[in-house]
Parts: sequence; C-alpha cells; structure tokens
Amino acid sequence: MTPIHDEKLKYLEETANRIREKIIEMLLEAGSGHSAGPLGMADVFTAFYFHILRHDPKNPLWPDRDRLVLSNGHICPVLYASLAYAGYFPLEELMTLRKINSRLQGHPHRGVLPGIETTSGPLGSGLSQAIGMALTARLDKKKYRIYCLMSDGEHDEGNVWEAVLFAGKNKLSNLTVVMDRNNIQIDGFTENVMPLEPLREKYESFNWHVLEIDGHNMEQLVDAVSEAEAIYEKPTLIIAHTIPGKGVSFMENDFNWHGKPPNKEEAKKALHELRTLGRRIKSEHE
Amino acid sequence: MLNNKLKLNPKIFDADVEQVPIRNGFGEGLLFLGDHNANVVALSADLTESTRTEAFAKKFPDRSFEVGVAEQNMATIAAGLGISGKIPFIASYATFSPGRNYEQIRTTIAYNNSNVKIAGHHAGVSVGPDGATHQATEDIAIMRAMPNMLVFVPCDAIEAKKATIAAAAIDSPVYIRFAREKSAVVTTEETPFTPGKIDVFWESRKPQVAIIACGLLMRNALLAAKELEKEKIGVLVLNNHSVKPMDEKAIVKAAERTGAVVTVEEHQIAGGMGSAVAEILAKHHPTPIEFVGMRDTFGESGPPEALIEKYGMGVKDIKDAVKKVISRK
Repeated sequence: MTPIHDEKLKYLEETANRIREKIIEMLLEAGSGHSAGPLGMADVFTAFYFHILRHDPKNPLWPDRDRLVLSNGHICPVLYASLAYAGYFPLEELMTLRKINSRLQGHPHRGVLPGIETTSGPLGSGLSQAIGMALTARLDKKKYRIYCLMSDGEHDEGNVWEAVLFAGKNKLSNLTVVMDRNNIQIDGFTENVMPLEPLREKYESFNWHVLEIDGHNMEQLVDAVSEAEAIYEKPTLIIAHTIPGKGVSFMENDFNWHGKPPNKEEAKKALHELRTLGRRIKSEHE
Repeated sequence: MLNNKLKLNPKIFDADVEQVPIRNGFGEGLLFLGDHNANVVALSADLTESTRTEAFAKKFPDRSFEVGVAEQNMATIAAGLGISGKIPFIASYATFSPGRNYEQIRTTIAYNNSNVKIAGHHAGVSVGPDGATHQATEDIAIMRAMPNMLVFVPCDAIEAKKATIAAAAIDSPVYIRFAREKSAVVTTEETPFTPGKIDVFWESRKPQVAIIACGLLMRNALLAAKELEKEKIGVLVLNNHSVKPMDEKAIVKAAERTGAVVTVEEHQIAGGMGSAVAEILAKHHPTPIEFVGMRDTFGESGPPEALIEKYGMGVKDIKDAVKKVISRK
C-alpha cells in the first residue's frame, strides 16, 4: 500500500469533513439514528474507501475486491455516505435514509444496496462473518483482504470472543480488525457498563497481533494496515482511539449522543462548525 | 394400501425392518457432496461424531472447521462462508442450533440470504435418555417462521441423505431436521424425493381421513393406516417432508377427497408442520383437523419408544385422532 503524500492527505481530510457534514444532514432528515459513532469513524471510513481498499465502485461484486465488513451496523450513516462519495450510488439517495422504500435501511442490508458486504445491526456477529470470508479466500487461494470494523461496546457479546478465539487458532493473517475505541455505548462509558480492558493483552493472549493508533490520523491507520498485511500467521487488531462525535464540539465524548440525531437547531450549529473546519483544512494545506 | 409406485421398503411392516438413525443419512449425504461439489464445507461445534459430520471431516480436512462449543460462532462464520461463495453445512443439536443461535441465524443467514444449510440433530422426544434439554420440539416453528428459510423433515435415513444432497443444490438457506435414535427405514433409494412435493405413501380405496406426517413418526402413521384398514376405516398417508415450501396443492386435494385431516409430527403442536397445514386449509378448504404432537409440554428422559407413547404420538394415538376427526365431520 502506498503511503499518503501531502496532497492526498488534504483530499482525504476534506473528504472526511464532507462525509461528516453529510452525516448531520442525513440524520436531520431521517429524524432518528446514531450521531456519535458515525462522526467518530469518518476518518477511518475515508481512509478505507479512498485509499486502502482495492475495490471498484462500478463493479461492487468484483470477486477479487477487498471486503469491508461493518459489524456495528448502527453507525451506517458513515458507511452510506462513504459509499456514495466513492461512487457506489448517487449522493441524492443518502437523504432517503430510514425512509420507506429506501435502499438505505436503518441498519445495513446486504443485497439491496451496492457495496454492503453483510447485513448487520445486531451486535457481535460481524467478526465471524469476516472470518468466514477469510476462510473462503484461503480455500480459493485468493489474495483479497478482509477488514472488519467493530465497536468497543460490542465486545460485551460472547459471539465476539468465540470469533477472536477461532481467528487466532486458524492464524487468519488475511483478516484485520479495526476497533472503534471511543469508550461509549448506549448506557454509558464502556468501562462502567462492562469493563473491557486490558483489550490489547486480551487479544494478544488469543494469538492476535495488536496495534494502537489515533483513529483520526489517517497516516497512522494506513501504516498500521500495511503492517497488518505484512504480519505472517496472525490476524491483526488495530485499536483506533477515536473521539465519539468528532468534529462537532457539543457531541464530542458525550454518550448521550450515541443513539440520537440532532434537531434542526443542533444540526445548524453542527454544520456551521464542520464548514468552518472544512475551510481551515483547505487553508492549512495551501 | 401402500403406494407401490413409490417403491417403499417392502419390509416396512415387518418386525425386523431395518433400523437406522435418520442422522446417518445426513452423514452419507454430506460425504457424497464432498466428492461431488468442491464448494461444500462443513462446520461442527464439538459434536462431529454425533452429528455424523466425522466422515466428511476425515476425508476433507481442509473443508472442515471445528469451532468448539460455540454455536453462535458456527452460524455466523458459516454466514460469511456462504456470502463469499461456499456452501456451508453447520451441524449441531437442534436445541442449540437453531435454539441458542436463533438471532444469528435470523440476521446473518436468513435476512442476509447466505447460502447456509443448517442440520438440526436430536429432534423430538425420541432422543431418549438425554432428556428435555436435548430434545428439540420447537425448531420447526422457529425455522418455518423465518423468511428466506426452507425447512425439510426427512422420515428416514435414506430420505435424509436425499434431503441433504437436495439442499446443496438450492441457492437458499435451508434447515434440515434429523432424529437421533435408530428408526425404521420406510423408503428405498428408488423412492422419489422432490423438495416441495408430497408423495402419498398409503391410499385406501375410500379414504375418510388424510394423515399428514413427517419425520420419524412416518412409520407410526403407516402402521395406524394398516390397522385402521382392518377396522374398515380408509385413510391416506401423506409424506410431508417439505414443511417449507409446503405442497399446498397436494394438501388441499387430500382434504377435498377426505374431508378430514390428522397431522403427525414429533414437535410441539404450536407452530409445527400441522400448524402450517392448518394455515393452508383454513384459507383454501376449511377442514376438521386433529393434531398429533407435543401438547405444550417438554419431554423427559426415557426409552424413545416409551416417550413417544407417553407423549401421545404412538400408533394408538394416531388411530384415536383419526376416529375423533371422523366424528367431527
């Protein structure tokens, strides 16, 4: 994978910011949905869809494509916006999120919308499906890689640890997980709801390679994904430390924004902040 | 009398009829598929021998995956395999799969429309000494309510092999239900098996009741038919192995001919094969129905035969149901 040069970085940062704006607009229009997670993962999604993945938006079922499996489906506004900006479907369709007769279901559904690799929403089952794909790639001697994006909160689910055990046992080096370590879930902070730490040591003891990055630093993410690709005989976990609600000051780090959309006033304020940020990104790189 | 065209086992009514566990047919079918379809893979959750996945696992180690005692992981890994082009078979006891992993099957296999075949073993009270924790009596209800999911309930080991092989050829999630204990071999290799099609195993000259059965109780239904004929009560016996899709035409036709129906299954009456028959008849041809099956109760430990009798699914119970439904005409 090529490292990110300066000009590309500017393009990626601008794209991430546009995706954040779009997430706010979509959630306002939908009137329900999750705010904090999608905003927090906008940089990770941008890096994947606009730099890391070997994919073809005009040929979404290309057999040799890399697979991106979103396990915590509730952050799908960021997935939908990324797919639309990447060219999988028209941008206008984003405003149909959660509406009747829409391809943009409240939680992603495979088969109706191009680019969706799995149906998800109920937590804790994405990693196993990514494992299934990794096994297929190995059986078929294919080089494509499988990326699974997970939340920290869904690590409360037993199914996740069953999958972590299995991937370690089977040395699935074509599988990379990016965990959105934003420390919040619906009922509060993860370490209060159900302590997860030490996550690094837990995964390492299950025979995984573990890296930690700033989830808003796309260069760090690209470097980590490259390292994961080079690791032999182990799956890799990249713990991406993110700020939930990133980019919108009054949403950042507040678990109350996990599962609700902004109202009109809040959306206006959020968009103002994001547009200001967008202008700053533009000028900083000039 | 028996429908000779179907080439059923000529020893069907003999005391020394061959007795083979229905689950053995799954193992044979899976092994056959291993030889004939390179995309078929198998997953087991620490029950490789008991679910008869062992022969496949030995012959095709690269295409076999042991997930440990983790049915939720088994279902979801299979979902990923199915999405990416494989034909995964997952095998466990039905109380665990689709029991414990119901939501994973619903979301990641059925709604996701992944081409996974779910083998639910140890169905019914005929599991015997293990007791009610291991006797699945709600699995048909769970699985037939699920969109995209097909449901087969073979009546013996030979039909189980055919159902397993047929499932692999269908591009859809499929649930197949198997019993544990040895049971009478009712069919032969020559007996037809077409998913979604009922065959009439027994046909009296002037049938007054249609007995619609599936699974291990098929032989009890046939024994009841034989005894009833001696008592001058003519019946039809339908082999309803495809609970979904169900052969609506054949069921309506049988109800039109007889005007009364008895359904027979080793499953809760609520939500089972009989319920599906009732849904069809209520809509197309309202008909009195008696249901032979588990009456809103769990099973218990004991010898299989005795349990079937105790829970009201013996030959006499079927005969009584036939007589009762005639009185309701």
